Amino acid sequence: MPEPYNAKIKVYRGDANGGGYKDYSVPVVEGMVVLDAIHYIQRELEPDLAVRWNCKAAKCGSCSAEVNGRPSLMCKTRMEGFARDQEIVVQPIQSFPIIKDLVTDVSWNYEQNKRIQPLTPGKDADWVIYQEDIDRVQEFRKCIECFLCQNVCHVLRDHNCKHAFSGPRFMIRAASLEMHPMDDADRLKFLHEEGGIGYCNITKCCTEVCPEEIRITDNGIIPMKERVVDEYYDPIARFLKRIFAKKK
Amino acid sequence: MSNYETKEHDVVVIGAGGAGLRAAIEAASKGLSVGLVCKSLLGKAHTVMAEGGIAAAMATVDSRDGWQTHFRDTMIGGKYLNNWRMAQIHAMEAPECVIELERWGAVFDRTDDGKILQRAFGGHTYKRLVHVGDRTGLELIRTLQDKGVHSGIDVYMECTISRLLKDDDDKIAGAFGYFREDGRYILFRTKAIVLATGGVGRSFPVTSNSWEYTADGSSLAYASGADLIDMEFVQFHPTGMVWPPGVRGLLVTEAVRGEGGRLTNKNGERFMWKYLPEALKDDYAADVKEADAWVHDTLSGKLKTDYRRPPELSTRDNVARAIYTEVTQGRGSEHDGVYLDISYQPSSRVKKKLPSMYHQFKDLADVDITRGPMEVGPTMHYMMGGIRVDADTAETKVKGLFAAGECAGGMHGANRLGGNSLSDLIVFGRRSGRGAAAYASNLTSLPKISESEIKEAIEELEAPLTRTEGLNPYQLQQRMHEITSTCFGIFRQEADLKKGLDLMEDLKEQIKTVRCSGGKLYNPAWHLCRDLKNLAIAAEAIGRSALSRKESRGAHSRLDFPDTDEDQGHENTSIKKDGDRMQVSKTPLPEMPAELKDLLKKKEATHA
Repeated sequence: MPEPYNAKIKVYRGDANGGGYKDYSVPVVEGMVVLDAIHYIQRELEPDLAVRWNCKAAKCGSCSAEVNGRPSLMCKTRMEGFARDQEIVVQPIQSFPIIKDLVTDVSWNYEQNKRIQPLTPGKDADWVIYQEDIDRVQEFRKCIECFLCQNVCHVLRDHNCKHAFSGPRFMIRAASLEMHPMDDADRLKFLHEEGGIGYCNITKCCTEVCPEEIRITDNGIIPMKERVVDEYYDPIARFLKRIFAKKK
Repeated sequence: MSNYETKEHDVVVIGAGGAGLRAAIEAASKGLSVGLVCKSLLGKAHTVMAEGGIAAAMATVDSRDGWQTHFRDTMIGGKYLNNWRMAQIHAMEAPECVIELERWGAVFDRTDDGKILQRAFGGHTYKRLVHVGDRTGLELIRTLQDKGVHSGIDVYMECTISRLLKDDDDKIAGAFGYFREDGRYILFRTKAIVLATGGVGRSFPVTSNSWEYTADGSSLAYASGADLIDMEFVQFHPTGMVWPPGVRGLLVTEAVRGEGGRLTNKNGERFMWKYLPEALKDDYAADVKEADAWVHDTLSGKLKTDYRRPPELSTRDNVARAIYTEVTQGRGSEHDGVYLDISYQPSSRVKKKLPSMYHQFKDLADVDITRGPMEVGPTMHYMMGGIRVDADTAETKVKGLFAAGECAGGMHGANRLGGNSLSDLIVFGRRSGRGAAAYASNLTSLPKISESEIKEAIEELEAPLTRTEGLNPYQLQQRMHEITSTCFGIFRQEADLKKGLDLMEDLKEQIKTVRCSGGKLYNPAWHLCRDLKNLAIAAEAIGRSALSRKESRGAHSRLDFPDTDEDQGHENTSIKKDGDRMQVSKTPLPEMPAELKDLLKKKEATHA
């Protein structure tokens, strides 16, 4: 049985009007995660400390925060992962406006989803679908909408280009529909003109923080970029398209 | 008095898990204005935690399956206490509801010939669970969420309802609540309300449920005059994590057993054979050899097997009692659980079929389930009881009030089969949306709400913030947990139940003077003050119902009445509000038609 100890933990307390870090000392029990520490503080010290959480099993994507600078799900971040004397700093994700303490306003993300055309099956779809044709789609559909990818995407975080780029989460949402074997719609125009896929310059920060280990950039964004390029920038394809259009 | 904003809808759905979303989509499809209220962000409801699958007799894997067999399995699992009509509708409509999900974008695992794949689960005769690895619930909720946002539904996120409002005619007129993001109040004026708030898990300390499951639906309905039924039937899922302490209670999917997971005690004994009910023994493998042959057929992708399933796939109530008994008799594992092992199978297969279990144990417990066993024990998982509803329309006794999903009672009887919950959500979510839409369409105007009731609702919400004395809500919740876990747990007896109910009386008084600090802005303590009132209603209903059922049946196990009593199998326990008192009575089960009775008699109910 490991020796009991108290962890030093700094939590951001504040709201839209400002705030700062507050220090807490939390007794650590075996297997404890950062979210447990936050709950301890809530229960024993600061009843009104605001935090989002639901499943506590890395399945719902509610408890996103930055722990010692690293975007993480607090329910998955083990206290034993830090040295005993190391200070643990917990702050809200930075790309979205703060509501209170560790809770931010992520409603912008929900607006993005509305802009993406839902699954549009063809009239003759037979719904015979082979597993190998949906492995990739299923990979994207593992997304738990924790928005950590949105948080680290420098287009959104550093350049605040929310008006021009929907972010990695919605690139793979669109990709999951584009790659669905029964789908007949074309979302390339959306990706090109509104979704702003061109803004992504493949730094793969999103992939790095994805708790579901979805290969967002390699498997989702890059193939979509290729399709957009074929559609809008390939001169031969454009030429052929014009000829076929005339024939009609 | 504080201000509040007002929104008007034809139908308001409270709760945005599978049932609520499905209800909202259905009501909106009828051209009505629909408001969907969710306590958390959209898509975070507990439905995401459902892992194993959706039970639906699609017969894509085993052609012998059909609604009749699903109906029969459900009734047997529920110890015949189910509302037969709900069980019938559920079994008949589940397949089309699954197809609907697929058309809306759900991407289920496939058979080799491109059909929807189905897996085995406890209590189901054939392979019946439509699934996506072990994240089926996420697939379901995301599909409905994406469909919902394109259906013209107004979604109110992080909005908590504190009371339902009725007009002078005693019919539903609205709901009052507040937004967490700034504490502002909201009045919904509406013709009909669908409650789809999920379960009551937070009334117990060890639970697979998240903070949201505070009996909101059953308590709101109870306060409005609706009946609750079968509240003694609390499902303890047999396999929750037991170690480390921070994750105690977290769900370990039944799919582990569905894929061949073996339960053993500290002596290495596969104990489940000892606990199979005599009458159902023939449904399970006779010995290790036959169980292994079943697993072998499953592993090799054989769709149909002639072997019978392993004893680990007994119903949940039975497996939970077995584990509890093994542990209390000293044959438990290091941390008071038992062992669940899937590591004898190829590691790549385990990772493919149970990816989130693999990660859950690796990340949270440092256990590699492809190399060694998991430690598991019972965790409070599901409330079979709930609001009494009409099977066809999902309407409650209160005019204009509907209920679906876990907060509704009747469908699952005394014990729910795994997989029957996700199917329940889509079947009765749809039914309730339809029922509410039909009712709302018949009203020409929005019912009136008295201003004084709104004032009362605001005063009630604000009281804990203004008190200078009283206990902190977290302390009170802890007290409730002590009562429920020691007095209303897996095994019950009269003395404990009475003691628990006495303690609940004191606790209810203390809850009336709960106090919290801070303001209205995203204040979890303030929220918990409101939750406590609902949790106390649920806890008391569980205790009173359990005391009144003097037999053991399904999930309800009485040490002082260990046998099942035929006579009590013909009645539901019914709870209703009588002034300040909770009244318990027995109501007869609806009479089942002869042709369904015949189905239950047949050993092999085959596809018609």
